[in-house]
Amino acid sequence: MKLYCLSGHPTLPCNVLKFKSTTIMLDCGLDMTSTLNFLPLPLVQSPRLSSLPGWSLKDGNAFLDKELKECSGHVFVDSVPEFCLPETELIDLSTVDVILISNYHCMMALPYITEHTGFTGTVYATEPTVQIGRLLMEELVNFIERVPKAQSASLWKNKDVQRLLPSPLKDAVEVSTWRRCYTMQEVNSALSKIQLVGYSQKIELFGAVQVTPLSSGYALGSSNWIIQSHYEKVSYVSGSSLLTTHPQPMDQASLKNSDVLVLTGLTQIPTANPDGMVGEFCSNLALTVRNGGNVLVPCYPSGVIYDLLECLYQYIDSAGLSSVPLYFISPVANSSLEFSQIFAEWLCHNKQSKVYLPEPPFPHAELIQTNKLKHYPSIHGDFSNDFRQPCVVFTGHPSLRFGDVVHFMELWGKSSLNTVIFTEPDFSYLEALAPYQPLAMKCIYCPIDTRLNFIQVSKLLKEVQPLHVVCPEQYTQPPPAQPHRTDLAIDCQPPATSYRRAEVLTLPFKRRYEKIEIMPELADSLVPMEIKPGISLATVSAVLHTKDNKHVLQPPPRPAQPTSGKKRKRVSDDIPDCKVLKPLLSGSIPVEQFVQTLEKHGFSDIKVEDTAKGHIVLLQEAETLIQIEEDSTHIICDNDEMLRVRLRDLVLKFLQKF
Amino acid sequence: MDHECARLLPAVCAVLADPGQPVADDTCLEKLLDWFKTVTEAESSLLLLQENPCLVELLSHVPKLQDVSARVLSFSLRLAGIFAAQEDCFQYLQQAELLPGLFGAAGPLGRAVWAVPTVRSGWIQGLRSLAQHPSALRFLADHGAVDTVFSLQGDASLFVASAAGQLLVHILALSMGGRAEGHTCPRDDDWPMCAQKIVGHIEESLCSTDTPRVTQALNALTTTFGRCQSPWTEVLWEQLSPLVARLLERDPVPAPHPLVDLLLCVARSPVLGSSDRGPWETAAQALSRLAPPQAGPLALGVLKLQLCPQALRTQAFGVLLQPLACVLKATSQGSGLPGLLDGTSEDSVVLDALLSSKSSCAGLLCRTLAHLEELQPLPQHPSPWPQAPLLRAVVTILRLCDGSAAPASSVGGRLCGTLVGCVRVQRAALDFLGTLSQGMGPQEQVTQVFAVLLECLERPDSSPTVLKKAFQATLRWLLSSARTPGCSGLGPHTALFLPELFPVLQKRLCSPCWEVRDSALEFLTHLSRHWGGQADFRHMLLESEVPELTRQLLQDPESYVRASAVTAMGELSSRGLHAAPTSPEHPEAQQSLLPEFLHILSADSEGFPRRAVMQVFTEWLRGGHADVARDTERFVATVLQVVSRDLDWEVRAQGLELALVFLGQTLGQPGPHCPYTVSLPKAAPPSPLAEALGALCRVRLFEFAFRALFDCDRPVAQKSCDLLLFLRDKTATYSSLWEAGGSPDSASVEAALQRWQAGEQDQLLGDLEPEAMLAALRSVDLEGLRGTLAQGSDHVEKSPQSLLQDMLATVGILQENQADCY
Repeated sequence: MKLYCLSGHPTLPCNVLKFKSTTIMLDCGLDMTSTLNFLPLPLVQSPRLSSLPGWSLKDGNAFLDKELKECSGHVFVDSVPEFCLPETELIDLSTVDVILISNYHCMMALPYITEHTGFTGTVYATEPTVQIGRLLMEELVNFIERVPKAQSASLWKNKDVQRLLPSPLKDAVEVSTWRRCYTMQEVNSALSKIQLVGYSQKIELFGAVQVTPLSSGYALGSSNWIIQSHYEKVSYVSGSSLLTTHPQPMDQASLKNSDVLVLTGLTQIPTANPDGMVGEFCSNLALTVRNGGNVLVPCYPSGVIYDLLECLYQYIDSAGLSSVPLYFISPVANSSLEFSQIFAEWLCHNKQSKVYLPEPPFPHAELIQTNKLKHYPSIHGDFSNDFRQPCVVFTGHPSLRFGDVVHFMELWGKSSLNTVIFTEPDFSYLEALAPYQPLAMKCIYCPIDTRLNFIQVSKLLKEVQPLHVVCPEQYTQPPPAQPHRTDLAIDCQPPATSYRRAEVLTLPFKRRYEKIEIMPELADSLVPMEIKPGISLATVSAVLHTKDNKHVLQPPPRPAQPTSGKKRKRVSDDIPDCKVLKPLLSGSIPVEQFVQTLEKHGFSDIKVEDTAKGHIVLLQEAETLIQIEEDSTHIICDNDEMLRVRLRDLVLKFLQKF
Repeated sequence: MDHECARLLPAVCAVLADPGQPVADDTCLEKLLDWFKTVTEAESSLLLLQENPCLVELLSHVPKLQDVSARVLSFSLRLAGIFAAQEDCFQYLQQAELLPGLFGAAGPLGRAVWAVPTVRSGWIQGLRSLAQHPSALRFLADHGAVDTVFSLQGDASLFVASAAGQLLVHILALSMGGRAEGHTCPRDDDWPMCAQKIVGHIEESLCSTDTPRVTQALNALTTTFGRCQSPWTEVLWEQLSPLVARLLERDPVPAPHPLVDLLLCVARSPVLGSSDRGPWETAAQALSRLAPPQAGPLALGVLKLQLCPQALRTQAFGVLLQPLACVLKATSQGSGLPGLLDGTSEDSVVLDALLSSKSSCAGLLCRTLAHLEELQPLPQHPSPWPQAPLLRAVVTILRLCDGSAAPASSVGGRLCGTLVGCVRVQRAALDFLGTLSQGMGPQEQVTQVFAVLLECLERPDSSPTVLKKAFQATLRWLLSSARTPGCSGLGPHTALFLPELFPVLQKRLCSPCWEVRDSALEFLTHLSRHWGGQADFRHMLLESEVPELTRQLLQDPESYVRASAVTAMGELSSRGLHAAPTSPEHPEAQQSLLPEFLHILSADSEGFPRRAVMQVFTEWLRGGHADVARDTERFVATVLQVVSRDLDWEVRAQGLELALVFLGQTLGQPGPHCPYTVSLPKAAPPSPLAEALGALCRVRLFEFAFRALFDCDRPVAQKSCDLLLFLRDKTATYSSLWEAGGSPDSASVEAALQRWQAGEQDQLLGDLEPEAMLAALRSVDLEGLRGTLAQGSDHVEKSPQSLLQDMLATVGILQENQADCY
């Protein structure tokens, strides 16, 4: 059993598990932090961005000044943003049989895998995962495609050139494999390969293993996976949450008795408590708006935004902010808000029960109805007519490199009355803000990450007790910035096995059994014999038939009827040896009784010697030696076959035959 | 005993003695015992028994009953004990041979009913009451009661076991009682037999390997030394202290908590604590032998003693400081801890306790901090007080808790992992930090304290309870840093700290968590109360959005927050701080708060904000707030009118308080009812009486007070009664000019009063002359009313007669119910 680790990002995993005869890809997350090295794509011509000076080497060489621009001491690539793909060289991805997706954030690299590697298998995911995943991809493609950029920088990627660049460009890994965003066509084609599954549904893969998605409590339709054969069980935990937010709660019980538990997708901000962060979000929002400033919330179009809107729904009235408009701007804003209301079966109990009243499960419906929340596909069109300040704007992309957020950063960045509040934990807010410096607007960082923290993980592991834990190396030691925080690492026994990008792990676990079926007629012919109370044995002669990873014992073929005299002999030569088998023996020989029996049968002058493994019975008169050991008995006599057979029969009397 | 009770008593005794008539409620038995106790305290028990033979009958009959209820048996035992406490009555009962049947072997002792804890408890309590005289001691010896008490010390019922221990000590004290004064130090050998027996039993128990027995012995000794301060206790301690010391040599030390209690009790005893033979050596040994969680309370106890050897105090303080020293050592880079236990070596035990588990670490630190907090304000606290190292330790603990500490050692790392996010320790540390503000410290440390407090207030994930404590500690530090000698105004730290504090306060006032908004408002109230006059503070506050945010919280959905906002705004307004600089969006900012508060008073659905408004109004009236002073009469009239209809009695009571302040201002201060009180010169001399009365009538104060006099809530009525009495006294000279009665107005007032008393409260008095009001005032029997109100609503039901009647009635009802079954 092997695990190929294709991604180094612990919350955007991409691993391939070889288990029995199957090759299973677990998630295919796309690391978008690479885009932080690029200049933002402004929706509206930005004089500031377009007038940034080109970057030149220390010696004044300016051959890169078209590709690299400098802004407040940082250097950015002036090109279409590119993403860091999962490792493609480590394993031939065309051999992957299936891809299991655990949540919509972990499928963003899917088109790269399914469309460009010769992949011919099936992708499994829940319905909300697919639908919201589609929205995220659609938004991403839209953000990038609507700002066409003629230039595609590649000079800087040259290894010799990259070495000369300032950090962080100098340290960026595998820049040669970075790719531009996929197209909508590729997205559609990739999504068409997905087969929808429901929680606890058992899916057979080639008869060899069974995979089952379980609710993970993190997002709408998010799942953990169980991959099991008859005797082995591997659990894949990715992006789970024990907090009571909108999704169905996490199913922990089904993870019990795992041989291996692959643990990914823990919280990225283990020191921040989501509750405290939501409080911080609300307080800062209220303070800014009361002061007449605007609030910008860079966010994904689905997920935490639902919880934030629900919080604001309760908060704005009490804080006297009912008249402040909330704007949600995304090409998929409408679909996201509406989808969230129709996936009732994937929601937590509280929200599910609302559907029967009938009421919309999320209160943002009411915010929309009362005109407090308005949504627009982009800043163009209706939005510019309705736009009223002070206001709160939710828009993407959290990297601040593309999407409508770029426009708002340019628009509001100059005033200290305004505030940008970062709630998505995926990007470092300081890096995200770098190309907008110097910035007058206030920046508040309240990352809300509801995924498991280390305390919850240690409780979970105590509860489900897997034999082995496998996790990204980042989880096995405290964060580099806080080396003394030993509590911010996984603590389990035996210690977790860690992996890093481009590593192949042999999982510490051996398969020992395989299930074999017996055909009824063959089973019928068996005559079990009770050896010990409760244990019966029977010998079986059969043909082992293996097809589609299923093993069946079939009755042995009968000897073919002789058709002609000539052929008979030849045929009988070919037939497998089906002679009557010698019976199998069991039991042990009690030495004293055996000696008595020998004496009774006329042997005298018997001597018994104890050896390390058993006993030697010496029949001195007959010059014979009987070696009795735990699993063998040897009778050594000098060419006296008669004597040997006599002695053999005496030995056999003490043993059971079947 | 009054006649009526004596008449009812035989019937009650008959009910009690009849097993077929179960007593439904044993609280009535308790009440009955209480009553008998008060009766026997006042009159002779012997006489009581002779006059009420039914009681003797009850006591002789009950123990003989086969199917007696455990409650009644227990009652009888206790009752017999109460009577037998008087020696003549004891003899009387002895002659009737009643006592052996109750307390001797022939009593419940050997019967099945003894298995019921109530009976055993009754037996002990009976003996406890009985054992008051030498005859009782003989009785106990004759019937081997002491041995039974020994065995009951280990009873399964904790109440019985504890009572048995108490009884044992009582018997010991009683048997020693006769000789305590005469002999200064009697030898143990010539102690009474009974005392020797008990002491022997305690000695034996102290040597036992069975921990519960050791515990019993220690508890008994603690009670003895706590209760008896006679010289013989000194001999007892001398005899037993080697055995106690030997307990400390065992591993583990058995019963550490009772042991600590005993040592402290001995140390506090005036006989022993002041002598050389005190428990000092044993205490020193205990401090070094006991585990940190048990040694802490002992150390604290030792340090709280008035008289104690200095060496022991030093040792105890060392024990108390040890956990903090360990924390500092584990987290500081350099070795050695200047100022706090330099070079101590024995910290491995403490360290183990700190590192073994999260709960033991948090427990030990919380206890240590709480002990030090208790110690700090005491006059006998150790001196020199290690203020600087303690501050450093607390700041370190707070940093460990919020994860911002970066300890260099691996032990420190483990401590950090254990303590991070530990709200309990955070709260304890903040409490102690607040206490430490009394002592200040070096400049750079005070800066650190303010930094850690600010961090705590700023952190998004600080829990509401931690924030509350942080606000409290901040307030204490701010106030004490402003008190620094030679510092005028706010002081250097505060001047630097406040500009950073206001943004945090603003954020907290906007918190979605109501507890946080509430604590922030309380903090603001205190701050402006202390510093409302400071120019720097005023400037910074008015520059910030705090006043505006506070005003918005008057509409908060949470009633507690609204109440706190009212208090805060009231305070700000008193000091002219409520109006933030005007902005075009908020033109209302400069408006008076009065209409807003009146609206809350009349419209808020919850009591808390309304009560807060009344408190603010009272303060405003008292302090002559500008909004009030503009037209005081109209203000008082409006408020009283609104308040009189309020459903919350506290609001109505507060209305009377406001009325009283108004009365004081118009008629002169209400002082204590003392004829010699010198009235202080007033700023404005009281106006002539007639004019003042006119004012009272105009604000309808009479009507309000009269109505309150018949309020269904007693505190309101009492307050009103006091107010009217004060008014009547003040106006005595005036009303004598007008002869009472005759005036038709006063008749109509009296009629209205009668109707009000009958419950028809919606009648209005109409505009009336002061004279009519005064006449009505004199016609009401205020003294009588005050007496009735003081008695409490259940004074009738509390009488013994009512109790006896109730008991009989209950039986009657029970019987009726039984009859209904057929």
